[in-house]
Amino acid sequence: MAKRPFDIRAQPGFGFVALLTFFALYLPIAALVAYSFNAADSLSRWDGLSLRWFISAWQNSTVQDASIRSLVLAVWAAALSTVVATMAALATTRTPPYPGLTFKYAFINQPLMVPEIVTAVALLIVFSRIKVWTGYSGLGYLVLAHTAFCIPFAYLPIRARLEGMDLKLEQAAADLYANPWRTFRHVTLPLLRPAIIAGFMLAFVISLDDVVITEFVKSGGQDTLPTYMLGQLRRETTPEINAIATVFLALSVLLVTVFFFVNRRKP
Amino acid sequence: MGWSVPDRNAIEIRGVRKVFGAGENAVVALDTVSVPIRENEFFTLLGPSGCGKTTLLRLIAGFDYPSAGEILLYGDDIAPLPPFKRPVNTVFQSYALFPHMTVAENIGFGLEMLDRPKAEVKARVAEMLKLVRMEQLANRRTSQISGGQQQRVALARALAPQPKVLLLDEPLSALDYKLRKDMQIELKRLQGETGITFIFVTHDQEEALTMSDRIAVMSAGKILQVGAPRDIYDRPAERFVADFIGESNFLKGEIAGTAGGRATVRLSSGAEIPASLPEGFSPSGAVTIVVRPEHAQLAAANGDASLSGTVENVVYLGTDTHFHLRLDDGSPFIVRRQNSRGGGEGLTQGSRARVLIGADAAQVLKD
Repeated sequence: MAKRPFDIRAQPGFGFVALLTFFALYLPIAALVAYSFNAADSLSRWDGLSLRWFISAWQNSTVQDASIRSLVLAVWAAALSTVVATMAALATTRTPPYPGLTFKYAFINQPLMVPEIVTAVALLIVFSRIKVWTGYSGLGYLVLAHTAFCIPFAYLPIRARLEGMDLKLEQAAADLYANPWRTFRHVTLPLLRPAIIAGFMLAFVISLDDVVITEFVKSGGQDTLPTYMLGQLRRETTPEINAIATVFLALSVLLVTVFFFVNRRKP
Repeated sequence: MGWSVPDRNAIEIRGVRKVFGAGENAVVALDTVSVPIRENEFFTLLGPSGCGKTTLLRLIAGFDYPSAGEILLYGDDIAPLPPFKRPVNTVFQSYALFPHMTVAENIGFGLEMLDRPKAEVKARVAEMLKLVRMEQLANRRTSQISGGQQQRVALARALAPQPKVLLLDEPLSALDYKLRKDMQIELKRLQGETGITFIFVTHDQEEALTMSDRIAVMSAGKILQVGAPRDIYDRPAERFVADFIGESNFLKGEIAGTAGGRATVRLSSGAEIPASLPEGFSPSGAVTIVVRPEHAQLAAANGDASLSGTVENVVYLGTDTHFHLRLDDGSPFIVRRQNSRGGGEGLTQGSRARVLIGADAAQVLKD
């Protein structure tokens, strides 16, 4: 009889461990979502089904402010980081390998490797100086900071796509009288579009979700949704937090799903 | 074909050298190559992989720049120009069709980039679709058509802007045998109908012999011989050319006398064989001659001082029969004889036989 290849799914206890892992991962989230529909005033008591905390969050002007700020910030950071990431990806793939290229990869991906708290403290110090010099204390600092740590997330799918692209296509365009700009405009960019959209959405979600750097860089009255929620937890907490988190979760799931389908689509 | 090829050069390669890398790792891909390519001709660069044929094509297209030398297109040096400024188009080995465009959009791309009026682009695309018989598939994506159809779209796309020269980089190598045969005829037809100079790169000698007006045989970065298919086959100038194209018998001997482009070569057996000399080559002393297997005949041995040996093997191949001989000096020799119905002679394994080489069958090699 032929020996069957090793299959971890066939090992005893696999199903049990898998089930346990799923519960550990998703039970808290399920509880959070369930309690967002709680009618009670407290997180610790279940008082029947209700949408009151969704309505309450929707009508809370602080939540509205923070939400709009989060979205504006995420759109800016995602847009800027996608442009920078596209340029970086082109510069690192459309060139023969040379010494120092690996260093550049590491440099571009630096926000993935340096602990976020270190970057946060560093930015706090730099930006507070600049704030004193310029007197400007608007959203620009947060946009810059978010753009910086979003770049690697936008860069990865774009670079992967460029590396998989047949270089002959760009040569063919050049052969057919397209100058470098028109080659980019008519051939490279359309073929890159799914990866650019994917990169944008990843960057958007990452920016929307950020707490640490935002907490350090923001000026007074510049709460984003995550930092607002963090602030609420220090006080008496109501299921309103759950309601906000549930909406947040739904939005993220939606974006990741769209990302998945966009990325899977062949040119 | 009916017309005569005018003596005007479409392309002239002058002393072109291409070196990749530098210092100790430098690789000479092209070693001072010079060749004129005439207007309206189907010119083939033939050679094994790594001989420099694709490098030369890329230099003409502009994907790479020569280390030295000039590439003249109707008298103008185009070597320093980027590809998009050269009126030269390429058919790529992998076709390189744009996957995000339809068949028609692919064909129209070059004209669009030349900013031709929309109506002209449309008319020309329709004309090209007709030329390659693809009218039905104009609005298909390139991923929805077969390999042979992609090949034809690649051809139409490269021909649409009416380039002065069309470059073809082993365009048939991805097709199966039957389709390849059809496309060989198709390419020849397209070249005739468009009157565009074709420069075709291949490693397939049969393809080269079938399609070309002239062939340049390349090896190790050099062009060894340029000539019409018949010249290359019947009068190979060098051993590499004789070996690479068709089957060959090589015999060693000494020059016994030369006169007017011909020589008499004395073999070690004492047999004297008339042979032609490569142009401008007047050797003395030891030489090698080449005889194609179908250019020699066999006869029964008669014991005189001729070229004789023993039949070692007889291989029947339907259209013809190969006789593998071991000559008396120990060298192998193959004679090919066309079969006829009811033929079949007494020569079998172990028979003694005499090899007859006609007055114009042997060629002296330069090396």
